Amino acid sequence: MIQVKNLVKRYGDQKAVDNLSFTIEKGQIYGFLGPNGAGKSTTMNIMTGYLAATEGEVLIDGHNILEEPEEAKRHIGYLPEIPPVYMDMTVGEYLRFVAELKKIPKAEREKQIDDIMELVKITDMEHRLIKNLSKGYRQRVGLAQAVIGYPDIIILDEPTVGLDPKQIIEIRELIKTLGKNHTIILSSHILSEVSAVCDYIMIISHGKLIASDTPENLSEMMVGSNTLELTVKGERGTIVSEFASIPGMDAINYVDSEEDGCTDVTIQTPKNVDLREEIFYKMAGKNCPILKMHFTTISLEDVFLELTQNPDLLEQKDEEAAENRDDVAADEKSEVE
Amino acid sequence: MSAIYKKELRSYLTSMVGYVFMAFILLIIGIYFSAINIGSAWPRIGDTLSNVTFVFLICVPILTMRVIAEERRQKTDQLLLTAPVKVSQIVNGKYFALVSIYLIPVLVIAFYPLILRKFGEVSLGMSYTAILGFLLLGCAEISIGVFLSSVTENQVIAAVLAFLVLFVSYVSEGISGFFPETAGASLAAFVILILLVCLWIQSMIKNVILTGVFAILAEAALVITYVVKSSLFEGSIQKFIGVFNITDHLTNFTSGILDISGIVYYLSIIVIMLFLATQSIQKRRWN
Repeated sequence: MIQVKNLVKRYGDQKAVDNLSFTIEKGQIYGFLGPNGAGKSTTMNIMTGYLAATEGEVLIDGHNILEEPEEAKRHIGYLPEIPPVYMDMTVGEYLRFVAELKKIPKAEREKQIDDIMELVKITDMEHRLIKNLSKGYRQRVGLAQAVIGYPDIIILDEPTVGLDPKQIIEIRELIKTLGKNHTIILSSHILSEVSAVCDYIMIISHGKLIASDTPENLSEMMVGSNTLELTVKGERGTIVSEFASIPGMDAINYVDSEEDGCTDVTIQTPKNVDLREEIFYKMAGKNCPILKMHFTTISLEDVFLELTQNPDLLEQKDEEAAENRDDVAADEKSEVE
Repeated sequence: MSAIYKKELRSYLTSMVGYVFMAFILLIIGIYFSAINIGSAWPRIGDTLSNVTFVFLICVPILTMRVIAEERRQKTDQLLLTAPVKVSQIVNGKYFALVSIYLIPVLVIAFYPLILRKFGEVSLGMSYTAILGFLLLGCAEISIGVFLSSVTENQVIAAVLAFLVLFVSYVSEGISGFFPETAGASLAAFVILILLVCLWIQSMIKNVILTGVFAILAEAALVITYVVKSSLFEGSIQKFIGVFNITDHLTNFTSGILDISGIVYYLSIIVIMLFLATQSIQKRRWN
């Protein structure tokens, strides 16, 4: 469907996209995931023909986006980061303009516009000026614009940024609905969004593709570990000696708990090891009640942070970028909470 | 193209700009028409039109400043450039919408000779030749405005640039008067002009050797021509500047001559400016 070959985009001396190659297959939802400034938008702008690449090429259904732009662009619907809407038009006028621009035959236009307005739930807004719409509705109008003509490929650049939680869920549902009949590529720096919607994830950092797989495979691919967090009541010495007798741990850490007379224990175990029952009986034997026990496996979020932060995977890691990633990490945390 | 044409036309007719443009042109022409043609019972509308060419200095920048610059600022160019249309179609669609807006006051003016005819003998051929010239002049100036709107994303800068270019063109006759008509003066002016062009080329290609060679060759050709036949240079800088004097080409039309070279001149300006606008949009993708 889409082939991207050795894409490079330079802005002056800076490489926004660095030798990016991938193939997009028909009928799936793809997610571009990466921290701010990773080159997601630039890549999308090149794929849609808005920008030209410094090197490399993009083939849409076999048509080069620069050499046969009209044929290639016919297959694409694009919602950029900022919805490209005209403030002085009503929703209906705008969608009619887009339909004509995309050369939809006159006979089909009205029906298609009605259907799409129904789909993105803006039918009531048809006669309102776009400048009077809220951000969420403008985003929907932008989405409607991308869907007009029912292109094979729909590219969405951060489709849920700036929306309230309810709208985010609605837009995600909408994207899933669209994904049944279209190939969808969306970008996001929010991991939970990509893992909730996409069949396939591509992680981009510093303009490079550093991982691409299904969400399940990605988390499996990492040599992961399980984490067990406990709060145990009892004497520190007893607890330490008891835990020391349990085999199969990678690491263990003791901290004084906020509760009186308790110890917080954090245990790292290899992937397929589960020590919960054993610990329960050992502590019960010593009359040390377990007040809390929490078992976590490695999440996609850890994969994302690992991949975008691991210095081995990145050639250059300047401080600015590190700062940037920390910001994203903080975003991710709050998002999950 | 028709989608963009219709959208642009509608946006000018639903906002103030289009009406301000039309009203201003009609107001100024109305004042001059009533003073020259009606007040003095003078049958030649061409004299009115040649006196009001200054309206374009104000009107055209106001009309054209937003046409491409605003798309870029609002990021709506992402829609247009990723839609299955050619960039030249986008530019042409916008240009024809502006011309359509301009056609409205010109159509009103086309009734003026008929009004004058009520009161005596008026040559309709002469009048409509003048109006045709006025139409072409406006179209050419609008095309300049469209190009200058494509080089920036700031409407105000686009308007100022358009005003400056039109103004320099408007006063270029006065500028050419500063130069003596001798061959030596023309040579000096051309030498400086070539150096400026080379500086501009240098800023584009950043290759000192290539621009250096080009500069030396061009200057040498100039000096050799001067040595061989210096009479060629007499008054040539005036002729050169005259090429950029857009309003001057109206003179033949207003005196009733259907000037083919003038028509070709205006059409060339339009084609060149729209081509440059297209190229300037294309070029931005590569930056």
